[in-house]
Amino acid sequence: MTTTSTPMRSFAQAASAEEIAVPSRVVQIDGLVALKIIKHCKECMPALVTGQLLGLDIGSILEVTNCFPFPSRGGEEEEEVEADGANYQLEMMRCLREVNVDNNTVGWYQSTYMGSFQTVELIETFLNYQENIKRCVCIIYDPLRSGQGVLALKALKLSDSFMELYRTQVFTGEKLREKNMTWKDIFEEIPVKISNSVLVSALMTELESDAPASQCDFDRLVLSTNPFMEKNLEFLIECMDDLSMEQQKFQYYYRNLSRQQVQQQSWLQKRRAENVARRLSGEELLPEEDPSNPIFKTLPEPSRLDSYLITNQIANYCGQVNGFAGQSLSKMYLMDAFHQD
Amino acid sequence: MATMGSTVLHLPSGPTGVVGKLHPTVLFNICDSFIRRNDQQERVIGTLLGSFSVDGTVEIRNSYAVPHNESLDQVAVDIDYHRTMFELHQRVNAKEVIIGWYSTGSGVSASDALIQDFYGREVTNPIHLTVDTAFTDDQANIKAYVSTPLTLGDRPLAAQFHEIQLDLRLVEAERLGFDVLKMTVVDKLPSDLEGLEGTIERLQDMIDTISRYVDNVIEGQLPPDNAIGRYLADTIASVPRVNSDAFDKLFNDSVQDVLLVLYLANLTRTQLTLAEKLNTAAQIV
Repeated sequence: MTTTSTPMRSFAQAASAEEIAVPSRVVQIDGLVALKIIKHCKECMPALVTGQLLGLDIGSILEVTNCFPFPSRGGEEEEEVEADGANYQLEMMRCLREVNVDNNTVGWYQSTYMGSFQTVELIETFLNYQENIKRCVCIIYDPLRSGQGVLALKALKLSDSFMELYRTQVFTGEKLREKNMTWKDIFEEIPVKISNSVLVSALMTELESDAPASQCDFDRLVLSTNPFMEKNLEFLIECMDDLSMEQQKFQYYYRNLSRQQVQQQSWLQKRRAENVARRLSGEELLPEEDPSNPIFKTLPEPSRLDSYLITNQIANYCGQVNGFAGQSLSKMYLMDAFHQD
Repeated sequence: MATMGSTVLHLPSGPTGVVGKLHPTVLFNICDSFIRRNDQQERVIGTLLGSFSVDGTVEIRNSYAVPHNESLDQVAVDIDYHRTMFELHQRVNAKEVIIGWYSTGSGVSASDALIQDFYGREVTNPIHLTVDTAFTDDQANIKAYVSTPLTLGDRPLAAQFHEIQLDLRLVEAERLGFDVLKMTVVDKLPSDLEGLEGTIERLQDMIDTISRYVDNVIEGQLPPDNAIGRYLADTIASVPRVNSDAFDKLFNDSVQDVLLVLYLANLTRTQLTLAEKLNTAAQIV
């Protein structure tokens, strides 16, 4: 079945022609889940934590109705930790089922530090989940940015084309050009909706404090912009360094490639000259190719995956800086207006 | 709420100084488990996790529902489930310990004493939290109780539940925004600028209210209040007094810094897009 793609808040994905996958257009999170994620990530700062999302997968809406955190890995003994983790998950799901919580895993959440979450591990985890669940989503929460007064919660998934490409494990320039994939296409952001049960909304309406300003407001109006910007720029510069290292790898590869070609040409010339001489003297002609010669070995082209991820990261930081700069400018003009009087 | 027996009763003396602090996750958890309860059950009970602090305040941080069966004369609580869940939760956060239990429904009923007794074996002074999900009084009733046993000589007679003060710390809920939590469905989360806009509007409202109040007092319509006046003076004095030149310079410097960083970020982004086009368009071989 096909659906028309309407422009959404971020990248919309046209439906594929197969019947199985209707792409999820919206992720609907319960207020409970959002609060739990916030609580867990904030408590364990600065360590990065993960947890599992449970919910239902209906049509084009992916509902997340509950979640539970994963215990943080001690890191001493790998096998024990692995078995423990799986055990914990099973136990938790079993217990939750007894109280009628949706028992269906729909993804996982993780906290991040200043938006630096695009790593190969993320992709691997996605693929791991994807094997079992058709549509899974990853929710990223940034507790540091939320300290600025912004709710930094977003839902990501891997784009389908990228997943296919990753299965082939080939990331050369040719392949990528074929698929017409840019670094933007790796992750897709899905818009997030928050839903609450009627009981909860009634309760919240009652309990809303009458104070005209909330803690959130105070956080937003803080004038000191420097620390956040500094950290962002630091990360940006680190990423640039990584990117330049990747570029160097490419340059090295291309240099080697061209050198190899020159060698091949000269070898070919020599062979041809020899062959001419041999023809003149009536001997057998030597073949023009020699697969055993090391200069004919094809050099492997370095994978572009890392550079893609790094560019993604950089774009993210730039976006953050953008948003934050806009806010600080408004705050500063506000301060200016205050001072005029 | 104590069932009176015969003459000599030992009643607890003195107020219990325990204050409870409730986190919003617990409320949400309770409501969620109430909605998901089995059809035959009228109410839900569960365990409260949190921490005791030195000065007698109890922080209620987390909770989970425990299946139970209630009939007219007996109550059965699934203890294994309770233990297992507690262990699982301990693995994530070892600091959260059992501090009591909750139930939905208003008031305290007879079987609660038994459950309180059971939890009393886990922790010394369990807190009992009730959330009135039926809104019997047309308002949200969230109450917390501590119980003290009433003894007649040596025989335990009943348990008396005292209400304790409950402090709702809704800081995390505020972070999400009450607007978001009040509606049943919110289409999209507010973006940064919208949030800032809201905050500035609220600030403006507050300033308007204050200026109106001051005007009214000056005109004599409202009686002047020394405490408020002093508070206002303090607030205004806290705006740092910088002379105009210095302030202008400061302002300009900061604005220029921010603009520089903004320009740099945009330049980087353009560079990335350009490099992408070149990389994929270039063919060496």
